[in-house]
Amino acid sequence: MAVELRYLSKQVGADTHIYPSDLKLEKGSFNVLLGTTLSGKTTLMRLMAGLEKPTQGEVWFDGQNVTGVAVQKRSVAMVYQAFVNYPNYSVFDNIASPLRVAGVAKTQITQRVEKIAGLLKLTSMLQRTPVELSGGQQQRTALARALVKNAALVLLDEPLANLDYKLREALRDELPKLFEATGATVVYATSEPLEALMLGGYTATLQAGNVVQYGPTASVYREPNSLRSARVFSDPPINTASVTKQGSRINLTADVGWSLPSHHQSLKDGEYIVGVRPHHLTLTRSNASSVRVNGRVQVAEISGSESVMHVSVAGNNWVSASHGVHQFEVGDAVELYMNVDRCLYFALDGEVIQA
Amino acid sequence: MAKIKLQKLRHSYMPSAVSDEDYALKQIDLTFEDGGAYALLGPSGCGKTTLLNIISGLLKPSEGKVVFDGFDVTNTPTMARQIAQVFQFPVVYDTMTVFDNLAFPLRNRGVCESKVIMRVTEIAQMLELEASLKQRASGLTADGKQKISLGRGLVREDVNVIMFDEPLTVIDPHLKWELRSKLKELHQQVGVTMIYVTHDQTEALTFAEQVFVMHEGAVVQQGTPVELFEKPKHTFVGHFIGSPGMNVLQCEVRNGAVMFAGNEVGRVSDSDANGWSTVELGVRPEFVTFSSDGVPVEITKVDDLGRYQIVSAKHEEHRIKMIVGEGVQVPAENARVAFDSNHARVYVDGWVQD
Repeated sequence: MAVELRYLSKQVGADTHIYPSDLKLEKGSFNVLLGTTLSGKTTLMRLMAGLEKPTQGEVWFDGQNVTGVAVQKRSVAMVYQAFVNYPNYSVFDNIASPLRVAGVAKTQITQRVEKIAGLLKLTSMLQRTPVELSGGQQQRTALARALVKNAALVLLDEPLANLDYKLREALRDELPKLFEATGATVVYATSEPLEALMLGGYTATLQAGNVVQYGPTASVYREPNSLRSARVFSDPPINTASVTKQGSRINLTADVGWSLPSHHQSLKDGEYIVGVRPHHLTLTRSNASSVRVNGRVQVAEISGSESVMHVSVAGNNWVSASHGVHQFEVGDAVELYMNVDRCLYFALDGEVIQA
Repeated sequence: MAKIKLQKLRHSYMPSAVSDEDYALKQIDLTFEDGGAYALLGPSGCGKTTLLNIISGLLKPSEGKVVFDGFDVTNTPTMARQIAQVFQFPVVYDTMTVFDNLAFPLRNRGVCESKVIMRVTEIAQMLELEASLKQRASGLTADGKQKISLGRGLVREDVNVIMFDEPLTVIDPHLKWELRSKLKELHQQVGVTMIYVTHDQTEALTFAEQVFVMHEGAVVQQGTPVELFEKPKHTFVGHFIGSPGMNVLQCEVRNGAVMFAGNEVGRVSDSDANGWSTVELGVRPEFVTFSSDGVPVEITKVDDLGRYQIVSAKHEEHRIKMIVGEGVQVPAENARVAFDSNHARVYVDGWVQD
């Protein structure tokens, strides 16, 4: 089902939860809503589902205005962060419940439940009750219940947030494949940039009730339309600093500068903001045009496969992320390399500079 | 402050446990040095919360001893163990101010008010809560409340150990980042033994100097973050730490030679004498590269994660993941991959072969 939001907004009392937004989701597409808590992800989903009435604007499904249509008549399914299952029902009955409510014939119910259970690897657990399942199995049961209805629009509100790290890794891999098979349009809310990248598809960045940018996930990441979008889509946070452009050069400080890529050289001379992703500020030189900067370690962190350091560079608090595990102590001096080929340039108002 | 030793600890929730499977904790022997920063890392059901409850005295172990600074405290009640705990969800009194919340553990123990003021002010400063001290806790966000919980854990000076049970679960990733760094800084400032329980490798590796990786009721490896990444002792550690985890590839053994895809990758002793059942090759995705004289593979998927790409490949029935740099071209066909021999290890029945 194709979904279209037209100038949709939501106001509650004096608070604006969603500012007028337009968004078009293609039939069968996988869409990520990326933003922090309170950015409006859940409200936007509830508006799509019909669980809330918009203050302004319209919701269209496949060319039909459904703004006033009740949630029961919308062919939507929603899965929440907390695993919502009927505790006294077996897994089978949990999955079957929406079909029973819809009055589907018994033989069909068995067939559909078994098919979905197979997809979600729940076949051997159909006779258990949710308390006898692990967190991951419980959430798969909730997912199965949403899928079994064959809803045309599936809304997933941070569905993996309560699961173990490794389980999340595995389910992130499975989910897009699973939905591809059903043909449903999926909207998936998350606050984690890396999760958005792993899921792929399309991403909308949300900030303070605004849809900032929408497009193919990797493009939104690589070509943000604004500093706001770049900030939403960067964890650790993107590094910024004011720089001066003079001729073909960009200067960060009196001693640190580099040549602008040719497509940016026609910019007017003056002040700009440079954006450097933490992964483009590393302990090792990534290419010949990398620029060396000196920093001092403020905090050093290690995730499974990479090391992240907060460093002060030319008076800025920056973050550097390098692959592998490297240990540093607070106060250590470090040499870092900035991959200037991948820097982003913004005007002082935060709008991206077009190439 | 104290050095904590767990000796020959076993625990079962069953009244008459017989086999190893009946034990939530199998044999546990470990030491937390005074003033250290430790993490217990493992998936749900690995026994880490059981272990935490045994240290805090909420649970009495079926077998073995808990020793604080040479004193056996196995039968000592929680209250007398002088422990501070921070839980997954914030525990705050909504009707009290932030100040009163932080002061609660001190007032509860009859600490004089001038001392209370001093200590609360100090902790509030560390956590950057000074501005909201007079505010009621009810008006705070989840992370604000969890900061108070952390503060309450830190406020007493007389504790033996501070234990954190998944304390950042309810926090937004953007703020998690700040709190993770904050916790580490706090440890450096207060110097109290801290034990941090989590399933999240980033939290564990960032916070702790020493990490205990737990799996099915046992500690499979204790080590620094670098050791766990570079030299996993068990395939579980290789898989669990790192994202994606280590590739674990089934090998064949011919006359003592360990073979993968026609190449000898190591040697093992005779299976009849030693009774092993599986021999695997472990290599992290970081140490797999494209190489013209490598093992032929079929590329099944490429995930662009921005900072790098994860390539999923297949050699016969073996699935291999590799990490490839941003912008590096992945060959469409006739791809061959090689393993860095310094970082590829043979594992026998899950354990690394020395």
